[in-house]
Amino acid sequence: MSVGYGGIKCVESGGPEPGVGCAGRGVITAINFLEEEGAYDEDLDFVFYDVLGDVVCGGFAMPIRENKAQEIYIVVSGEMMAMYAANNISKGIVKYANSGGVRLAGLICNSRNTAREDELIEELARQLGTQMIHFVPRDNEVQRAEIRRMTVIEYNPKAKQADEYRSLARKVIENKNFVIPTPLTMDELEKVMMKFGILDEEDESIVGKTAEELA
Amino acid sequence: MATMNREETEALIQEVLEIYPEKAKKDRAKHLAANDTSLEKSNKCITSNKKSLPGVMTIRGCAYAGSKGVVWGPIKDMIHISHGPVGCGQYSRAGRRNYYVGTTGINTYGTMNFTSDFQEKDIVFGGDKKLAKILLEIDQLFPLNKGITVQSECPIGLIGDDIEAVSKKAAKELNKTIVPVRCEGFREVSQSLGHHIANDAVRDWVLGRRDENNSFESTPYDVSIIGDYNIGGDAWASRTLLEEMGLRVIAQWSGDGTLAEMENTPKAKLNLLHCYRSMNYISRHMEEKYGIPWMEYNFFGPTKIEESLRKIAAFFDGNIQAKAEQVIKKYRAEIDPIIAKYKPRLQGKRVMLYVGGLRPRHTIGAYEDLGMEVIGAGYEF
Repeated sequence: MSVGYGGIKCVESGGPEPGVGCAGRGVITAINFLEEEGAYDEDLDFVFYDVLGDVVCGGFAMPIRENKAQEIYIVVSGEMMAMYAANNISKGIVKYANSGGVRLAGLICNSRNTAREDELIEELARQLGTQMIHFVPRDNEVQRAEIRRMTVIEYNPKAKQADEYRSLARKVIENKNFVIPTPLTMDELEKVMMKFGILDEEDESIVGKTAEELA
Repeated sequence: MATMNREETEALIQEVLEIYPEKAKKDRAKHLAANDTSLEKSNKCITSNKKSLPGVMTIRGCAYAGSKGVVWGPIKDMIHISHGPVGCGQYSRAGRRNYYVGTTGINTYGTMNFTSDFQEKDIVFGGDKKLAKILLEIDQLFPLNKGITVQSECPIGLIGDDIEAVSKKAAKELNKTIVPVRCEGFREVSQSLGHHIANDAVRDWVLGRRDENNSFESTPYDVSIIGDYNIGGDAWASRTLLEEMGLRVIAQWSGDGTLAEMENTPKAKLNLLHCYRSMNYISRHMEEKYGIPWMEYNFFGPTKIEESLRKIAAFFDGNIQAKAEQVIKKYRAEIDPIIAKYKPRLQGKRVMLYVGGLRPRHTIGAYEDLGMEVIGAGYEF
């Protein structure tokens, strides 16, 4: 365990080399290991698990099971696949919400600068029964901090982006909006995209056509 | 002999079904049928090869059981690794009475258990490195082994270990045959797929190895015994009968068998197939690739043995046929007093068979020789 900026304790579980072993089992093992070794002592204010952006198997659902987590924040962007994954994670939360206390606490929009992104994610959040807790704009300050292996607040506390993270943190602390989500069907998800002009009206004739062919 | 007619058989099936609840009855009805010898295909008369329900005769085994336990396990001069957690290998260890000749731990390994004993970290980080090390260690500790097979247990299929690459690399380093077998237990509903996978592994990793090597001196009377696992020593009895009628048995698959025998089998003139279900695949392959005909036989009970010996002899010349008759005569003298002793006590008794492998079909004649009536037969898998 390493202690970093602001007294934040960090554990990197690592995992198998690409193409080998079972990362899903790795998540299960890592979380069990933390519990067994007494990682959660009283002086911790928050515990964050940063896991893969989709629940592809039982292993990746581990952090939302058995009361490992209380609040789930899904980081999402206005891209279709990111929204699809967010919806999947919501399905995972529904599955385990009734056996434990885990709840969806909001979507965090990590902007990719796609069109009408904030409105899109707010609508997705509404349909999931939750909120977009914060819209984090795109800023290269993040990359400049990353390359120095620092957080944005540590690298440049005066940056505009640093205030965004402070604002996000305050919203998370004050958040009272915890729900069992209502995931969308694939059709509903596509309708949300259409509503904001990302997809045109459903038109089967465009399936499989390249941009050039349609021009 | 009293025989049950069709109506009686169907009435008996109804009686068996009565006890079940409605839903189970509907399902079980598909698995029970009166024998209709005019039907050529089993799927026309009875439902099989389906997932069985717990509580309704479920002793079926898994793909690992079919490969490690049945097909590969008896190859005595190879070491078979149960690749995965320890239990599959340990609790099936020496569970089949497939006898063999040799010094266990020196030049034969049949009743020993070799396992990679998977732990949590092997699942998460993959077991390939461990497997590579095990292959080298085995070769150091048991240098007289002729080869190694890697019998996959369930987790290998779940985490997608590349056992083929490890096997190929080690085979080159050790200059030995190393066979990866993808017989993960969860595949399919019984051990039957394990037989098929094991047959395919023989085909892909063993059978063609001496195709360019003509040092084996053939005779016109070379046959191989296929699908005889020497349970309680029965392959030895098969071998004795065939040799007494003038044939030369060049391979036993796989009871008391060796890797070299398997490699030489493509030189046989005829493949004699005892257990059709577990080794028809490789017999058909040898027929296609090497033009070796195959023939089913039945060495259970004097009537079927005599029928089979004559059928086998008919494939060869008059000399073999004459010798087959001598063999039949010789053993008739031994068997007649035995039948005379037991038949009066067993005559007319009814038999229900629920056994594995070839026995539901093959042992019927033996009971009939003793005057008994087989009224039902079922397969464990």
